[in-house]
Amino acid sequence: MDRSERLGRSKVGRLINAYGLPRLIITAFLLLLFILAPVAGADFATQISNVIARFSWNAVLVLAMVPMIHSGCGLNFGIQLGILAGLLGGTLSIELGFTGFPCFLMAILISTPFALLFGGGYGVLLNRIKGGEMMVATYVGFSSVSFMCMLWLFLPYKNPNIVMAYTGEGLKQTIPLNNFYAGVLSDLWKIDLNSIGVNLVIPTGAILFFALLALGMWAFLHTKTGTAMTAVGSNPTFAKASGVNIDRSRTLSVMLSTWLGAVGILVYQQGFGFAQAYTAPLNMALPAVSAILIGGASVNKASISNVIIGTFLFQGLVTMTPTVMNSALNVGDMSEVIRVIVSQGMILYALTRKTEGSK
Amino acid sequence: MTNKKSFGQKALGLLRGNTVPLMFIVICGICIYLSGFSWSYLLNQVITRMGRNVFLMLSLLIPIMAGMGLNFGMTLGAMAGEIALILVADWQIWGIPGVVLAMLLSIPLSVLMGLMCGKLMNLARGREMITGYILNYFVGGLYQFVVLFMMGSVIPITHSTLKLPRGYGIRTTTDLSNMRQCLDNQWAITVGGVKIPLLTFAIIALLCLFIVWFRRTKLGQDMRAVGQDMEVARDAGIKVERTRIISIVISTVFAGFGMIIYCQNIGNFPTYTAHTQIGMFCIAALLVGGASVERASIGNVFLGVILFHTMFIVAPKAGQSLTASPQIGEYFRVFVSYGVITLALIMYEAKKRRAKSGTGALLAQAQKAQKEEGGARA
Repeated sequence: MDRSERLGRSKVGRLINAYGLPRLIITAFLLLLFILAPVAGADFATQISNVIARFSWNAVLVLAMVPMIHSGCGLNFGIQLGILAGLLGGTLSIELGFTGFPCFLMAILISTPFALLFGGGYGVLLNRIKGGEMMVATYVGFSSVSFMCMLWLFLPYKNPNIVMAYTGEGLKQTIPLNNFYAGVLSDLWKIDLNSIGVNLVIPTGAILFFALLALGMWAFLHTKTGTAMTAVGSNPTFAKASGVNIDRSRTLSVMLSTWLGAVGILVYQQGFGFAQAYTAPLNMALPAVSAILIGGASVNKASISNVIIGTFLFQGLVTMTPTVMNSALNVGDMSEVIRVIVSQGMILYALTRKTEGSK
Repeated sequence: MTNKKSFGQKALGLLRGNTVPLMFIVICGICIYLSGFSWSYLLNQVITRMGRNVFLMLSLLIPIMAGMGLNFGMTLGAMAGEIALILVADWQIWGIPGVVLAMLLSIPLSVLMGLMCGKLMNLARGREMITGYILNYFVGGLYQFVVLFMMGSVIPITHSTLKLPRGYGIRTTTDLSNMRQCLDNQWAITVGGVKIPLLTFAIIALLCLFIVWFRRTKLGQDMRAVGQDMEVARDAGIKVERTRIISIVISTVFAGFGMIIYCQNIGNFPTYTAHTQIGMFCIAALLVGGASVERASIGNVFLGVILFHTMFIVAPKAGQSLTASPQIGEYFRVFVSYGVITLALIMYEAKKRRAKSGTGALLAQAQKAQKEEGGARA
């Protein structure tokens, strides 16, 4: 307490407080990596392309965190529910025989009812346990993923492209999407500077798609329903007094978050080129959570700019550290260690900040 | 008539209070029937796993007493135990002396990690469990840094059987074959083909006695008071923060011991992944035994270890005989572990909320009554 007060007095200290010390350290580290990259022999343009590509895969998943933070439900550690809805939508769309862009659209369309259903149930559950959302969310995510593990084995998928080769039943662990919706957004209006000798590729379509969703989210938060949602998060008593139905607002935010999770995983899959079933979704919540926190969000405050900055910093860290570390210092797994420490440290920092106020 | 009714109510209450264990007894019964394992095989397996896991599970009891919920941070202790085991293995001190030395070595590490964990949990009051849970991953990263990069380069490791071929860092599996079951084989007796590791059980009994004794000490009473109501405890002059930190430190130290017992039973451990699931399985087993987030007893530990591990042994085989796919049982047992934790957490949070709104309603009622009284007087 004392130290932060002393820091706050000086001008630099105020700036640091506004930006957040951890975020400052991460930004400085990333800048250092960018400077070191050419020294270490890594091509600068390639690095930028990688970061942008990974940004376009992950940004929607991070965006999915926003509604629940706004309505006071905390960080959505249970985003796996949305991911499962997305997986269901994607695989069913393939099963029905769609290919190319229609396949992607159908995947979103089919996953929507699942996402709303899962999100609705999840929202009602979270309303009954206000104050303890995050821990329950974590385990709701885990148990639903492990439950779906059993279902993937039994659901009567028939399409030979997605079922296990030798038995002919049960979904594959990893489904290659190159005949379906791989790259449908990333390759749309792609800017490729390789023709003039620079290895810079910008997946315009995917970034525009994210921009569209982010704009929609921003607009939604400024509608009457959206403002009510924010009010529920920042001051439930006040919201109740002004006649807002708290439980309804919260459920709506959870459904929105789950749906964005479903769309987010489909965007991720089209960029990555593979759909991963079974236990793969288990660990997809923590990177998204730490990304938005690195972007400057807290347990009960988040904005679209937090999403953009956070995804960029986090993905920058993920892609830059291995290349720079490997070529400069020749220590292989060090980058993994740094990534874990930074991202989990960020979540810990957010959880333990006193200003958050314990509920 | 009234007597009979109250008996019925009592039975119903008993049923409702023990839904999870009863459900598990049914699941285990069906799975045992389907798997077709012999009783002696099952008994042998369960007793082995009991010796292996009970100590770890007992370490969860004290934080529950102090009202800090399920200590997901027990993994920190497990990591301390693993580091101690690696060092002892490098110094080639085997058998029981090795185990004892590893335990002694793990104490300072565990205390350090427990202090950190307790301090953080005090900062994140009301969110202890999720903090502990994330702390696992965070310290997991630090552990990996120490074991994979510092050992052999900064911390001296002499034996190349432990080190990676590149000269520093520990191999993915740490071999403890010279230490394997040294505790379990000491004083072991065989009754009808079932091996009973008496020394391990004696150690576990000692810990149980310690916990029973500890509950009656001043510190133990303080912890219970803090667990009941922090503010009341503070008014009564108990140093709440300090008490909470101590409870976590004790738990972490015991978890470290537990991990060492666990590893000596198996005879090796995957250096980088041994601790990742241990917390989850111990917590799930404790909950299966009928514990809740706010109440757990030694009885819950023993019932839990028997039921949970019986399911663990028989589920894959039962699934295979049912669906011809061994995978299904594998997924089923993971689902059950996650599911039972989810259920317990939901029940706990819902109850906490109900209690809160209950006191709120009482307060409102009291205020209303007061107001009416005031109005009448006027």
